[in-house]
Amino acid sequence: MVELLGPSALVIAVGLVATTASLANQVYFMNALVSVAIVVAIYVFVGNSGVVSFGQISFVAVGAFAAGVITVPLESKKGVLTTLFPFLRDHTIGNVPSLLLAAGLGGVFAFLVGLPLMRLSGLAAGIATFAVLEITHNILREWTKIGPGATTLSLVPETTGPLQATLGALIVIAVAFAYQRSRLGRQLRASREDPLAARGVGVHVHRQRLWAFTLSGALAGLAGGLLVHQLGSITTEQVYLELTFLTLAMLVVGGLTSLWGAVVGALAISGLDSFLSQAEDGVHVLGVKLDLPAGTRLVFLASIMALVLILRPSGLTGGRELRLPRRA
Amino acid sequence: MILAAVNFQTLSDAVGLGAIYALMAVGIGLVFGVLRLVNFAYGQLVMAGAYTLAFTSAWPVPLSIAACFGVVVALSLAMETVVFRPLRGQSPAVMLVTTFAIAFLLQAIALIIDLRDDTLGEVAASITSLNEPISVGGVDIRKITLVSVAVAAFALLALALLLTRTTIGLHTRAAATDFRTARLLGVRANRVIALSVVLSGLLAAAVAVMMTVQFPLVSPDFALRDTIVVLVGVVVGGIDRLWTATLGGFTIGFVSGVLNGALPTDKTVYLPSAVFALVILVLLLRPAGLFAWGRRAAAERA
Repeated sequence: MVELLGPSALVIAVGLVATTASLANQVYFMNALVSVAIVVAIYVFVGNSGVVSFGQISFVAVGAFAAGVITVPLESKKGVLTTLFPFLRDHTIGNVPSLLLAAGLGGVFAFLVGLPLMRLSGLAAGIATFAVLEITHNILREWTKIGPGATTLSLVPETTGPLQATLGALIVIAVAFAYQRSRLGRQLRASREDPLAARGVGVHVHRQRLWAFTLSGALAGLAGGLLVHQLGSITTEQVYLELTFLTLAMLVVGGLTSLWGAVVGALAISGLDSFLSQAEDGVHVLGVKLDLPAGTRLVFLASIMALVLILRPSGLTGGRELRLPRRA
Repeated sequence: MILAAVNFQTLSDAVGLGAIYALMAVGIGLVFGVLRLVNFAYGQLVMAGAYTLAFTSAWPVPLSIAACFGVVVALSLAMETVVFRPLRGQSPAVMLVTTFAIAFLLQAIALIIDLRDDTLGEVAASITSLNEPISVGGVDIRKITLVSVAVAAFALLALALLLTRTTIGLHTRAAATDFRTARLLGVRANRVIALSVVLSGLLAAAVAVMMTVQFPLVSPDFALRDTIVVLVGVVVGGIDRLWTATLGGFTIGFVSGVLNGALPTDKTVYLPSAVFALVILVLLLRPAGLFAWGRRAAAERA
């Protein structure tokens, strides 16, 4: 149970700090919590299957834009989102239904994409999932019947407060935990360690990967919903290459193969990221004014990611779950 | 008549682009051959070369080009020692993600250097004269197109001779086929790898010169888009062999050149989707690569 309680406690702690922080700082804690949701969603597929996917941010994007477009209040929607399909333009739903919709769409999209793609592995899988990201980005950017296209989607109700962000992250963690403990999850993890042996004892690798991909897509969609309700406005560029890089960095730095690693990595990198982006605008640390040039943030993050990969490829947590120290 | 002329114009530009992409494909394929590592950061080598050209644009052109080659090859070797060597023997996923990180790192460093004068982008002014067109039978062919094709042909020929006619070339091919067995038989791993890395750096520098001539405004994401396209082309063509990878690179360059030139802009908005959908289709139907026959794909094994 420590494996579930550890990450959850960490998330709750961040959530509690967020409620007491000033409004200006609260945004950083919320960012961290939403990052946890996204990274754990990616972990459900990448961590359990061992197949690298550059495409999970597509499902975050779909979730974010679905939940965003559908919750813009009717009166403003008629003004700014005139090109939408009539049923999208004339209906608005609340916060919770929109999150469920985001999760559902993410899951369905991932299932459809995964059906053919899960037969690939290694490099081919990497390139193919990357192609999915490109296609999703291209369509979201150009098709103005389903969203704002290349312009900013704004006026989305900012309903993701500290409570919703914490609950969202907890739900994603709980689902990920339940999955990796289940029969399905264990079969997939077996195939990660040794595909041939797993197949030998009757694991249907393609089917197991597809389940994980679909679940990961649904959780990523939910995380996208949380994201858009936190930001209030979003563009397609915000759910594209840089987010893909950042979330992969979080997962790899924490440790690819454990839930604990995903959560620790997300919180550590997102904390560092917040600090560095403040430092780029100038910040006082221990009485010293720190004013880093723009771009330093990415230099630090990329160096840390590369260093961890070179010196400790299994991540900060060693890819292991949190356990209580055993008595000698 | 006009349409035919436009088409020929488009074709000549497309061949030029294909030649450049083919060179990048060889650069990526060479390193993959010996290290089994897909270098996501290859485009940033080109970018570094382009910045060198921009910063030395006050120098005489040959000196500026020499500086570009020096910087890119040095960076390529540094990447080998600092990043690739410690990663040897890691899983392909770890290697891919690491080069991904290196790509972002170099890009962020370039951004900082670029922003010292508070404007984004540097202009490489001195070598743009090659971009002027010359008229051949009523069709404007830019000089750089001819240069690209000539350089690509020369580089590929030289490389083919090096790989097939010299001892070190033989060693490199042996290492690319089976690295461990080649080592057991006395091939010096570090020498072979260093050769491949230097060659791939030289190719990146040549690409940097040719691309900077056409797009003199250098920014941190210079050649990023192209690298992604070339990588896709290489995997689709078949990364396991140098010639299939090169053919893949040329094909995707040629095809995107033709499509971009032939279709009006309002028709090309969904072009990336169509191209990437095609890529997925090829990967599913021919995971070994479009041009690879009778061999199991490294992409599949990796």
